[in-house]
Amino acid sequence: MPSAVCGGLAGSELRPRRGRYGPQAARAAVPEEAAEAAAQSPKRPAPGSRPSEAACRWVLLALVTLLAFATRFHRLDQPPHVCWDETHFGKMGSYYINRTFFFDVHPPLGKMLIGLAGYLSGYDGTFMFQKPGDRYEHHNYMGMRGFCAFLGSLLIPFAYLTVLELSKSLPAALLSAALLTFDTGCLTLSQYILLDPILMFFIMAAMLSMVKYNSCADRPFSAPWWFWLSLTGINLAGAIGVKFVGLFIILHVGWNTVSDLWHLFGDLSLSLVTVGKHLTARILCLIVLPLALYTAIYAVHFAVLNQSGPGDGFFSSAFQARLSGNTLHNASVPEYLAFGSVITVKNLRMAIGYLHSHRHLYPEGIGAHQQQVTTYLHKDYNNLWIIKKQNTDSDPLDPSFPVEFVRHGDIIRLEHKETSRNLHSHYHEAPLTRKHYQVTGYGINGTGDSNDFWRIEVINRKFGNRIKVLRSRIRFIHLVTGCVLGSSGKVLPKWGWEQLEVTCTPYLKETLNSIWNVEDHINPKLPNISLDVLQPSFPEILLESHMVMIRGNNGLKPKDNEFTSKPWHWPINYQGLRFSGINDTDFRVYLLGNPVVWWLNLLSIALYLLSGSIIAVAVQRGAHLPGEVEGILWDTLLRLCACGLAASSLASGVHMGGVLSLLLGTAYSFYLFHPLAYGMVGPLAQDPQSPMAGLRWLESWDF
Amino acid sequence: VATRLLSRSFPGTPRGWLFCKMLGFLQRPVVVTADVNLTVVALTAAGLLSRLWRLTYPRAVVFDEVYYGQYISFYMKRVFFLDGSGPPFGHMLLALGGYLGGFDGNFVWNRIGAEYSSNVPVWSLRLLPALAGALSVPMAYQILWELRFSHCAAMGAALLMLIENALITQARLMLLESLLIFFNLLAVLSYLKFSNSQKHRPFSPSWWLWLTLTGVACSCAVGIKYMGIFTYLLVLGVAAVHTWHLIGDRALSNVCVLCHVLARAVALVVVPAVTYLLFFYVHLTLLCRSGPHDQIMSSAFQASLEGGLARITQGQPLEVAYGSQVTLKSASGKPVPCWLHSHPSTYPLSYENGRGSSHQQQVTCYPFKDVNNWWIVKDPGRHQLEVSNPPRPVRHGDVVQLVHGMTSRLLNTHDVAAPLNPHAQEVSCYIDYNISMPAQSLWRLDIVNRESDAEIWKTILSEVRLVHLNTSAILKLSGAHLPDWGFRQLEVVGEKLSRGYHESAVWAVEEHRYGRSQEQKERELELHSPTHVDVSRNLSFMARFSELQWRMLTVRSDDSEHKYSSTPLDWVTLDTNIAYWLHPRTSAQIHLLGNVVIWASAGLATALYALLFCWYLLRRRRRVCELPEDSWLRWVLAGALCAGGWATNYLPFFLMEKTLFLYHYLPALTFQILLLPVVLQHIGEHLCRSQLHRSLFGALVVAWYSAACHVFNMLRPLTYGDKSLSPSDLQALRWKESWDILIRKH
Repeated sequence: MPSAVCGGLAGSELRPRRGRYGPQAARAAVPEEAAEAAAQSPKRPAPGSRPSEAACRWVLLALVTLLAFATRFHRLDQPPHVCWDETHFGKMGSYYINRTFFFDVHPPLGKMLIGLAGYLSGYDGTFMFQKPGDRYEHHNYMGMRGFCAFLGSLLIPFAYLTVLELSKSLPAALLSAALLTFDTGCLTLSQYILLDPILMFFIMAAMLSMVKYNSCADRPFSAPWWFWLSLTGINLAGAIGVKFVGLFIILHVGWNTVSDLWHLFGDLSLSLVTVGKHLTARILCLIVLPLALYTAIYAVHFAVLNQSGPGDGFFSSAFQARLSGNTLHNASVPEYLAFGSVITVKNLRMAIGYLHSHRHLYPEGIGAHQQQVTTYLHKDYNNLWIIKKQNTDSDPLDPSFPVEFVRHGDIIRLEHKETSRNLHSHYHEAPLTRKHYQVTGYGINGTGDSNDFWRIEVINRKFGNRIKVLRSRIRFIHLVTGCVLGSSGKVLPKWGWEQLEVTCTPYLKETLNSIWNVEDHINPKLPNISLDVLQPSFPEILLESHMVMIRGNNGLKPKDNEFTSKPWHWPINYQGLRFSGINDTDFRVYLLGNPVVWWLNLLSIALYLLSGSIIAVAVQRGAHLPGEVEGILWDTLLRLCACGLAASSLASGVHMGGVLSLLLGTAYSFYLFHPLAYGMVGPLAQDPQSPMAGLRWLESWDF
Repeated sequence: VATRLLSRSFPGTPRGWLFCKMLGFLQRPVVVTADVNLTVVALTAAGLLSRLWRLTYPRAVVFDEVYYGQYISFYMKRVFFLDGSGPPFGHMLLALGGYLGGFDGNFVWNRIGAEYSSNVPVWSLRLLPALAGALSVPMAYQILWELRFSHCAAMGAALLMLIENALITQARLMLLESLLIFFNLLAVLSYLKFSNSQKHRPFSPSWWLWLTLTGVACSCAVGIKYMGIFTYLLVLGVAAVHTWHLIGDRALSNVCVLCHVLARAVALVVVPAVTYLLFFYVHLTLLCRSGPHDQIMSSAFQASLEGGLARITQGQPLEVAYGSQVTLKSASGKPVPCWLHSHPSTYPLSYENGRGSSHQQQVTCYPFKDVNNWWIVKDPGRHQLEVSNPPRPVRHGDVVQLVHGMTSRLLNTHDVAAPLNPHAQEVSCYIDYNISMPAQSLWRLDIVNRESDAEIWKTILSEVRLVHLNTSAILKLSGAHLPDWGFRQLEVVGEKLSRGYHESAVWAVEEHRYGRSQEQKERELELHSPTHVDVSRNLSFMARFSELQWRMLTVRSDDSEHKYSSTPLDWVTLDTNIAYWLHPRTSAQIHLLGNVVIWASAGLATALYALLFCWYLLRRRRRVCELPEDSWLRWVLAGALCAGGWATNYLPFFLMEKTLFLYHYLPALTFQILLLPVVLQHIGEHLCRSQLHRSLFGALVVAWYSAACHVFNMLRPLTYGDKSLSPSDLQALRWKESWDILIRKH
């Protein structure tokens, strides 16, 4: 799945960034020294002391923003076809416009915003987004791309402001903005209909608001303090609402908050009541508010997607009854199961299907030569079973008998309606899962033997001992062997029509594979009720959709021949990813970070760790370096933490030169590598004729 | 700067003084004075009694003995095996028992409950785990004593260990957990002894002894089960914190601090690493014969074992030359080890899904030795298929053709989709149908593990990639099984998008001889005859170690469901048990079942510790210190080691995907038991305000311990399996619905 790779890339973006801001914790740990150093450092004026400098900052901010927008919106319409994961996220945007229900492993906010952007810009949701390379033709895709590029461009002013706030150093802020602007990787990711620019937007926004609120710490409970605190919460909800990787920024903010509270708690000048107020404020803004917003996102999601679509099958029968167009919608069936009912039985695990049997036998040599029992994903007459009492053959539908409901613990027989054979199991090994027992259809016209008896058990007995259609989760325990009816999920070979294996497992652990629910239910003696009564409540569908997402995420394992990268590949910029085009005649876009920027980042993180640990040991040893040296060291540290770069020399004149040359250097490297993002045509880089000739610095890059 | 600081803070300190001090034992005689703590002696005796009593009963294979037993037999017969479940030290210790008892390895380990034959020395096989289990009892005492808790608390810890049914069951059988627990405790104990001698006698012999022992015990624990790494990390963490404080100690000179740091780094990092390697060295030295798991290893590794492949490859020419006859084995053992193969059948004209093929001769990978696995290395420029005199060796970068020995067709690939992986190219042996599809049979040799660019292609040792000259595709095993038309053999493809090193694209020559025959008939005869001639070669220990370790970590264990498997959540509440053994006739049976009272109270104690710890932490933050400083530090260190030991040995299981059993919890439980008296003593000392409270609390503790003894006694028949209980008694012992106690239906 490409989305797995995509998640990985988002992670790679996170990594250096986290490293960059890591120093904050270190700074918090020794705040006295840092403050002292700041006070001693002679060449840093107090912030905002001169109006000209403030103006200079704003001008620079405007400039940086302008440059960001210019780079991100340049050639945004190229290539005019579906690139990489646009096929997923564009499609999902369309689903929102068409209001059809779908399933995805990521939370809905990102796709909802894409859908909204498309809707507002006049895209009608009719484009299929079938596979990468499909041309957009007349469809209006620029709205969606523009929206992503807009959020992607905002990253840069955010980074500028964050670093400015952290380091109070204009060159550092400028440098970090430049590094981000000139990174081809960020640029490419911002130019397409993807979740990553949206996710990065929320992460950076959360970061910025956290830093801002930290700087308001001296004015607690003032208006700006509340503003930034709640804005942090809102952005956290946004980040986690786009992808679950957003969890890491939550952890980061959480850690920051905990250490902040710990300091307040240790401050004896504050009363416990004040500390309690601080705590409550944070709980409100950073836990309650994001949770409420996150839930609200889902509420909108379910409200918008009210029509049956490709995602139905992933969800339980009860869930599907909500979707108009689904066969379960507005259907009416008897509510409780009674003897004589004709039912279909669905496995609770997704993508397993209905209990099924057909007139074909297990082949010779595979267990007993009896009728096959399988699970089948589609609706079929062969999915119908009649529920009967264990030993009476009298027709329970005879009107002279009273209706008898099936209850938890009853011994039943399940007769296959089309073939009149009973669901049967015995001590033969199952065809594929050798440790389980085989399940067959046995008997003639409903008469079999004692191996046809099953005990029915209700797991969630909150609806009482009776069995409620859709809602009751039931298990079938084989009476003689004590095993549980389940499906292994394995595909049978051709003799089994490639349906899924049904077994009777001797391991009594409750797994979804052995839990079933009743879906269709026909019983003329019982009154029908509308299924709408059984529709799950909002908390239930919220929980269910999360369970399905978690399972879907676990199921996302790359297959052998699929192209994946390993986490250690990311920070070293080991290999890129083809966004579009392979051959030399194609318009090619290749997602690869600007190696100069990425490797400088790595270097600075290493330098930071090194100097950080040296200084930590020196402080621990109590070695009092002369004040000035210490000040400069801390200054360098801050600068490192801010821009992720070691200022090559400490003398201020040379220092300015260093920053300037770094700026120019990254800009030049961007000039070299910009075709990666804006698209290349012509021969591949091995060819000396190619525009990228000589730039393939690593064997593993193939552009 | 360091020198300046040193001379400033310690004017006149002779530089060598410290080193002399470090080697103090050279100057003074080493004197041993023995204090005998009779409590420890008594506890050891009780431990031995509880673990060694009727050790040979039952004289039958009990539960996982069936698993470890087979490896003991392999050791006895010195046959190579590969076990992915853990490093070899634990297996070797068990085998040591067998060796001491004179076991010859002749026993079929196939069924739980099988009677041991008379040649199996059951007592000595079970002795080492039982001894380890017995010694854990006095060690619990020692640990609490070194943590500076009262004699009473230390006794309590040991007595709890003594009557913990699960620990007894596990220790009395040929299993690894008790050994692991022993080394875990030893690591903690020796670290404590070391850190307590730090204040008074740094660099004394006993200081060195305990420090080194910590490292050795840690690596022994890791050597028994990978799980041991968690205790190792815990000890490392505590040591790091202590070292950090040491660095902050301004009374010490810089050089002295440096010596301390270096000593710790050597003893806690280098020594364990070397010891770990040593286990493998002994393991590989012992297991020198080829055995059932050879196939998983590389050809070079197999060739280093006696018998098996070594017998075939001994005497093969080393350098592959033009005209060499070779078999090519895939470096990837997934899904099975196999050799490049071809046979006269062709690819079907069209596949089931309607795609067409080239209809050329199939090339596959075949997991068995076969005459069709032979290929001849041919110089594209010449027609001869025999080796010239002198042989012309093939080097890295050379372009070769590969001729299939039996059909004389050339290995070929072209722009046709492979049968099962359409993104890759089909590989075939070229048949000239006289259509517009010329042969593309040139392959460039790429030796992956080359040392120079002119490296010669060597039998077994060289790992090569075959890169197709026209399309840059790489010959690769896709891992998929072909359908019936391909005889279910493995698919081989030309991979176009291959990046970097991938095992499935690497091949090695396994069998090799210089071809002598010029005629096809003669050549076929030659291919059928076995190889001969003689060159021997050896793999270095490090190469063998790294290969073995890598395979052990990556070998796929078929972790299927098991009747007694459980989840970590079941363990804390003891919601699960494992039936180890059932007497063939009576209903005497052995279960892994814990002492319910101890499990419940240990769980409570951990929760209470966490609560109290948080409470004290918050209070101290507000500058309210109820606890005296030394008792606070003691409380923190005990928590870090015991509660930390529990957490590090327990929580990682939530992230593991393998099949888990109750016995995985035992190391964590041991640490939890150590925490129990810590909490009790703390309550008695600090939370009971009056003498009355204290006496009351003491009485409660005694009552509680009697209850634990009573439970021990009731579960004893299931622990030792020595008494056949009636069905009603067994039913009465089934205290939890989820316990599976075996009741015979008569």
